[in-house]
Amino acid sequence: MSEEQIKNLEEQFEARIARDEKIEPKDWMPEKYRKTHIRQMSQHAHSEIVGMLPEGNWITRAPSLRRKVALLAKVQDEAGHGLYLYSACETLGISRDELYEQLHTGKAKYSSIFNYPTVTWADMGAIGWLVDGAAIINQVPLCNTSFGPYARAMIRVCKEESFHQRQGYEIMIKLASGTPEQKEMAQDALNRWWWPSLMMLGPTDAESIHTEQSMKWKLKRKSNDDLRQQFIDQTVPQADLIGLTVPDANLKWNEETGHYDFGEIDWDEFWQVVKGHGPCNKERMNARVGAWERGEWVRDAAMAHAEKKQNRKDKQAV
Amino acid sequence: MKNENLYKYILGIADNSLILGQRMGELCGHGPSLETDIACTNISLDLFGQVRSYYQYAAKITGDGRTEDDIAMLRKEREYVNVLLVEQPNRDFAYTIGRQFLFDVYHYMFLAQLQKSHDVTLSAIAAKCIKEVSYHKRFSSDWIKRLGDGTQESRAKMQDAINGLWTYTDELFHMTDADTAMIKEGISVDVSTLKENYYQQVKSILEEAILEVPESKWFQKGGKQGIHTEHLGYLLSDLQYMQRTYPNMEW
Repeated sequence: MSEEQIKNLEEQFEARIARDEKIEPKDWMPEKYRKTHIRQMSQHAHSEIVGMLPEGNWITRAPSLRRKVALLAKVQDEAGHGLYLYSACETLGISRDELYEQLHTGKAKYSSIFNYPTVTWADMGAIGWLVDGAAIINQVPLCNTSFGPYARAMIRVCKEESFHQRQGYEIMIKLASGTPEQKEMAQDALNRWWWPSLMMLGPTDAESIHTEQSMKWKLKRKSNDDLRQQFIDQTVPQADLIGLTVPDANLKWNEETGHYDFGEIDWDEFWQVVKGHGPCNKERMNARVGAWERGEWVRDAAMAHAEKKQNRKDKQAV
Repeated sequence: MKNENLYKYILGIADNSLILGQRMGELCGHGPSLETDIACTNISLDLFGQVRSYYQYAAKITGDGRTEDDIAMLRKEREYVNVLLVEQPNRDFAYTIGRQFLFDVYHYMFLAQLQKSHDVTLSAIAAKCIKEVSYHKRFSSDWIKRLGDGTQESRAKMQDAINGLWTYTDELFHMTDADTAMIKEGISVDVSTLKENYYQQVKSILEEAILEVPESKWFQKGGKQGIHTEHLGYLLSDLQYMQRTYPNMEW
């Protein structure tokens, strides 16, 4: 294809996106679009899968049968999201095994929030309320993103995430209205998860390297800072409502802007965790790689059996 | 307690699902593939759903304000009456599948009979559970066949698991005092009558999977009387942790 032809295709492609048309896997697309989508969608899928670990940590210790069932269902939803997103990613010509390889070698990233430990039951509430809450804010705009399979996956994912968010908040309500010990547990969880949740919405706009291109492709519709502000504005009243205190001495409602002003985020901590030195980075990776390696003989057996079965069928047919 | 035998009978059924559900729940996020991870979590979820129905009913029978969680999480080790099979640990995926399979074949046959119970609540619970359990049985049987037929390594591991777990199968068919008492009222299942059919079904699937049927006639028992293997205590310390550490709270 000549350079001019490619340029022509690119122009048509950008025009389709500008018209809000969906790009489907078999459509022509610029290589950079494909790569950017593989990166973002797989990062999202990996986050779902790694995200199962901090919550999975409490399945055997959930305080009641009702909570245990709800937590199992939630973590199972996350596995489902992972599966869904890996499949959507595969439509761009990369296999799930290759994506796993990228995760296991550290080439691909996942959301840093999952590198924090879940040390009490209240963390199940805080994660649902804050982490899923922040995830929804990130993901709702993606329901209209330009790549069809991603947009459709997001519609389903967001429905379930919003259920998880309410479930998490409900855990917090119960704790906050419980005994002093329970309330303390809830406040402690909010203290520990608040700042990492703010960081989850990404570096400040000045430092975000992907924003401009992503905006054009509707992979991103609002900047990190706008999303963060939206999250804070939405969450602070929820904390007030149940009598918990957001751990930010500088948090204040600003009549003029119609938003909350808030304190400085510790970006050194953010980059430390992103670069692999958070409290649980190693544990999370060991758990994932360990599961994959321990499962190798199982996957090999399944493949061998499928092959043998097919051979037997072919022989019968002859 | 007026209906003590019925209460005990329900625990005899439900404790199996509770302990197996807890074992399957341990695997969440650590399965050999995403699909098996989801399936194992789903089985755990089904089993805990069943547990809730049984314990809610049992709690009502006691009439003393006990809740499903009190029954699930606040008994002492010797008061759990699950069979030894379901408390066996997840040594590897072959053990997980072997344990599931050896229980599922029994569980399905058991529920098919429990549906005919004169106790309408138990019969209704059984009718709901059997749909889920038919899926569990298909899942575990398929994996027995995959691992038995797959590679040399998988066959060796699957055989090892079946050999190791075989000793816990006979207990499934032991009658407890509560079982016997409830038979007279047309409420319980005579599990001793399921034995022959069980071993036939198990053998037929193992043979299809090109696995050997263990010949050992040495069997372990005691779970139904609350005498467990050493594994159960650790499982219970996780299961009971919150209720024991923070007594009398709502969650």
